[in-house]
Amino acid sequence: MKLPWGLRVRNAFRGFGAVFYKEVLHVQRDFATLFFSLIIPILQMVLLGFGIDTNIRQINTVVYNADNRRQSREFLDRLKNSDTFHIIRYVESDKALNDAIVSGDARVGIKIPVDFSDRLLHGMSAQILELIDGSDSSVAGPAIQVANSIGLDESLRRVLPEGATFAIDIRPQLLFNPDSRSPNFFLPGLTAILLLNVTTFLTAFAIVREKERGTLEQLFVTPVQPYGLLLGKLLPYFAIGFFELCLIVTSMRFVFLIPIHGSVILLALISLPYLFVSLSLGILISSKAGSQGEAMQLAFLTILPSVFFSGYIFPRETMPYIFRVLSYFVPASYFINITRGIILRGAGIQDLWTNALVLFAMGTFLLFIAARRFRNKVIMA
Amino acid sequence: MTNAPQTPGEACISAEHLVRRFGQFTAVNDVNFRVEKGEIFGFLGPNGSGKTTVIKMLTGLLPLSSGSARVEGLDVRADSEAIRERIGYMSQNYSLYYDLTVAENLQFYGRIYGLDPARLKRRIEETVELNGLAPYMNLISAKLSGGWKQRLALGCAMLHEPKLLFLDEPTAGIDPVARRELWDLLFDLSGHGITFFVTTHYMDEAERCGHVAYIYFGKIIADGTPKALKQLPQIQPQGTKRIGIVTPDATRALRIARTIPEIRSATIYGDSIHALVEEHVELRGLGVLFSKQDVAVSEIRPLTPSLEDVFVELSAQHEASLGAARA
Repeated sequence: MKLPWGLRVRNAFRGFGAVFYKEVLHVQRDFATLFFSLIIPILQMVLLGFGIDTNIRQINTVVYNADNRRQSREFLDRLKNSDTFHIIRYVESDKALNDAIVSGDARVGIKIPVDFSDRLLHGMSAQILELIDGSDSSVAGPAIQVANSIGLDESLRRVLPEGATFAIDIRPQLLFNPDSRSPNFFLPGLTAILLLNVTTFLTAFAIVREKERGTLEQLFVTPVQPYGLLLGKLLPYFAIGFFELCLIVTSMRFVFLIPIHGSVILLALISLPYLFVSLSLGILISSKAGSQGEAMQLAFLTILPSVFFSGYIFPRETMPYIFRVLSYFVPASYFINITRGIILRGAGIQDLWTNALVLFAMGTFLLFIAARRFRNKVIMA
Repeated sequence: MTNAPQTPGEACISAEHLVRRFGQFTAVNDVNFRVEKGEIFGFLGPNGSGKTTVIKMLTGLLPLSSGSARVEGLDVRADSEAIRERIGYMSQNYSLYYDLTVAENLQFYGRIYGLDPARLKRRIEETVELNGLAPYMNLISAKLSGGWKQRLALGCAMLHEPKLLFLDEPTAGIDPVARRELWDLLFDLSGHGITFFVTTHYMDEAERCGHVAYIYFGKIIADGTPKALKQLPQIQPQGTKRIGIVTPDATRALRIARTIPEIRSATIYGDSIHALVEEHVELRGLGVLFSKQDVAVSEIRPLTPSLEDVFVELSAQHEASLGAARA
């Protein structure tokens, strides 16, 4: 039976309307699931937004000041004023200093030797011992750096004549995120992960549930076609995903006070391909998984690369080669380019369209594979 | 629904040398049968014998490994799309959406077959009338009892007015009243020219079918009307007859029966024992054998075989022939 082209296209989507109708009813009936899948990402966002601060401040510090004269106390004041160190205790022996670090009470131990002031007054080089807990590398870095620059600053001040200026004065200026607030950096990236949560999981479950109950098999005995079935399933969750995106962006702007430098409308439009990819991914998962438990595990497998290889936490530029290559296959990489671009840097369509295009291509490809699998494998299962 | 051009006398379903293999395992092995229009065709067999596999092949859910089949005059391999438009299928687990109401389930299945709104409305009204679903239209279908779920599932499978319905164990787990009502409904519909392909485990249901086939580990070993099957010569092996022994102590009587060499086989049916005995055995003499061992026998009478007897006998013979072939 050869049909005209137009009819064949319509035929390929047969059953779309019916499946869409039914899927909307499912979503309405199961309001609790919908509610939680919408609210939990917001909760995660609140936790991460308020909880994570990558700027190291107020490191617990213990001090053994054997000198205890004016020069040494001045030096300690400068440490305190740096905002990097927080002196929790003064001790009176090397052992106590060491113990405080071993026990975890303090990350840094400062020892000022007996002759500190004497040596300074005699124009000799005075030493300070800084013990650093190396078990937490994110603390160790700033602890060394800040202490060094305080020491260097102090030394230069003593060497240079009064009123002299430094030969080279570097004035760093942070663009886009002047206060270097962590939420500004994290939340646009987090959006990608949270959307994946909502869309991939919900669609995967929606189809696997039908497999478990046997209704999918029933559908295959009806004239419904794979694309009609899959798109009918996908579209309601597309709408939910989009709503979630609006929710996330709104709370980002008004709860976390992250300024959106670019166009919100562009952000909304250019997010659609990403939603499409993650929904298609959900459908692909459902073509593989036989039970909701299995679908859950597979969906988590998609979350991990999205967290670690997308540039959300670790910059893609510093990844080992193999992981950098891998990151090009992770949809979240492109979406994080988009969200950070628009929200933080005010980028426009001319800067981001390639990302959107790649996402759209990925989504189409995944949906195509999923539809093929549904036509071939699932029917035989 | 338009009918396919059909030559007069063409079967509703015809399967020829149907084979389905799963890897090394042959689930359906050279199966042949015909189902005429308007028949209620009972397809029987133990669990795992290939019943559902045959249905899946005929409905286009599973490709054939070899052989051919025509459904409603259409080739299963080439025209599975067109076949799906013409058939209804009710699976073992009813395939309803339990979180939707009765009305919504009907709406959905009607739409999926592409019924236009006017026809959908008319068909839903007709189906509801026929199946008596009217009081439950707005009930979430999870809350229906088993019998009503089954009626709803049947209704969903019939909305598009198929001429052929596949019912895969429609009465499993349904109470006896609902079972009887379903069968009354099937007879009613079959009177209107609808063909039914029904699988079941219940022998009383098999007796009601106009045509039965028994599949045993992938092979059809019996095919015909229940009456014809009971008269098969191999059911009543040469020189034997079937008798019923009515006794209040059937359990002990069975033990005794098994010690009597003239009794070839025996099974308990409630308060009696059905036995296959050698033809020369005198019924009164048999009664004496039992009373000697203190088992009262109130009556011994000749029996015609039931369908169950037929299937048990044929399965045993098939097993024996397989064993002989292996040896």
